[in-house]
Amino acid sequence: MTLATAVFLACLLGVSGLGFAAARWRRPASLDHLEEWGLGGRNFGAWITWFLIGGDFYTAYTVIAVPALVYATGAFGFFALPYATILYPIAYAVMPALWRQAAEFGAVTAADLARIRHGHAGLELAVAITGILATMPYIALQLVGMQAAIRALGIAGDWPLIAAFLILAIYTYSAGLRAPALIAIVKDVMIWLAVALALSLVPLRLGGYAHVFAAAAAGLKPGGLLLKPGQMLPYATLALGSALAAFFYPHTLTAVLAARSDETIRRNAIALPFYSAILGLIALLGYVAHAAALHPANANLVVPLLFTRYFSGGIAGFALAAIAIGALVPAAVMSIGAANLYTRNIHARLRPGLTPAAQARIARRASLVVKLGALMAIILLPTRYAIDLQLLGGVAILQTLPALVLGLLPHATPSGRVLLAGWAVGLATGIGLAWATALSPVIPIAGTGLYIGLVALAANAIVVASGRVALA
Amino acid sequence: MPPGLGETPAAPAPADPAPGRSRIDPLAAFYLGLPFVALLAVPLYDRRDPTLFGFPFFYWYQLAWVPLTSGLIYLAARRRA
Repeated sequence: MTLATAVFLACLLGVSGLGFAAARWRRPASLDHLEEWGLGGRNFGAWITWFLIGGDFYTAYTVIAVPALVYATGAFGFFALPYATILYPIAYAVMPALWRQAAEFGAVTAADLARIRHGHAGLELAVAITGILATMPYIALQLVGMQAAIRALGIAGDWPLIAAFLILAIYTYSAGLRAPALIAIVKDVMIWLAVALALSLVPLRLGGYAHVFAAAAAGLKPGGLLLKPGQMLPYATLALGSALAAFFYPHTLTAVLAARSDETIRRNAIALPFYSAILGLIALLGYVAHAAALHPANANLVVPLLFTRYFSGGIAGFALAAIAIGALVPAAVMSIGAANLYTRNIHARLRPGLTPAAQARIARRASLVVKLGALMAIILLPTRYAIDLQLLGGVAILQTLPALVLGLLPHATPSGRVLLAGWAVGLATGIGLAWATALSPVIPIAGTGLYIGLVALAANAIVVASGRVALA
Repeated sequence: MPPGLGETPAAPAPADPAPGRSRIDPLAAFYLGLPFVALLAVPLYDRRDPTLFGFPFFYWYQLAWVPLTSGLIYLAARRRA
């Protein structure tokens, strides 16, 4: 076994121990309640929420795929940064009110909120199914990030992935949201160190940023460092649409609802952009790879290759472990968010009268099923499917926005029936456009283009607005 | 529709889920709106010059808006007090 592999395994084992210990951390009287297992007792303060959302939203796939996109396409891949910036004014404006509503009525999921506010079982089911289906490919993509780290170590086969995921499944089962919350602290610090290491290459080995940009300009197609006029609108609409959807995914919403108070969320809207600054620097690793003259067979390997090429075995093993652990935190929270949706909004609606303990038991099992599904998908199906489904997932999550945001307004809101119609029309529009563009996120229009999710949301909003007028 | 779903009793909708919070503070809204204008008006910053520490304008402008946005949200939050 190489030193890199040994360090990698040691880091993963240490974190797994932490995951199992998490069941005892801030221990409640009993974990046999969904608010305890699935929301950590709704009691995470500002610091833990910061680490948890930071660990949950800035995923391993981000660390792998954003630099890969920047490496391959140049400026366009950078849309992740304005996306992760305007996200926070949105979060500040919406999430504290959503938290208050959830805390007041004991809501655990977005679909709970849809039921509470609009009193419509069909809308609740639509929100629940949207969340579950959008989350599954997202979990699968975390595995892609982990796979890239494992491949860079030179380990062949799927067994490390399977082993890591089995351990993850067991400690999530036992500790619930407390496990990823505790691991997120370690994961975030490890990622910062790894990014700092990679960035230290720029002045020490690669001649500074001016040289990095020059090398990228030479490596990309002419003009790749800037957007072409036709790319500007796709860039802006992708950033806006992604930012609108980001906090309505089950994993981000679960982390928000697990906060102790609305003030905790406000403070986090101020402090979380710190991670976005790091994301910007991570994105630039795509250009650093040009300066390092890396020519990976698969763009997803650019970041792992930077580590294995320039650093000693021990340090490379640590950095690759940071990426792998970076996959475990979001995968855990995603599976918990999806399990909460299944339990509260599908299972419990079919079998009314479930005790809280029964709900917690069902959610634990559901989290196992969700993770197993994602694991099988990544082992058995081409990665392309997960990426395409993840695109459709984002489009679908956007269609749940009207129901959740309009439900926060104090005055009369559209009826559940109208909101459900808007969701259906938006989803059909989004899927239709995705089919028309052969699963590209951007539909070309008049020499430029628009993010299809935003077009679908507009269709949704038109239905909701006109339905409201028609029924008034 | 699966059995049970049709007869699900709806929880009562809150008459006013956020009493007294529907007022919008124009200055706070301005602070929160500024990052959207700055980052979605792409032609404003899709240029190379001036460069800063080797970064083309396109890159350092967008990176600079991360702490600026954080500061603006802070200012909006202070308006609540």
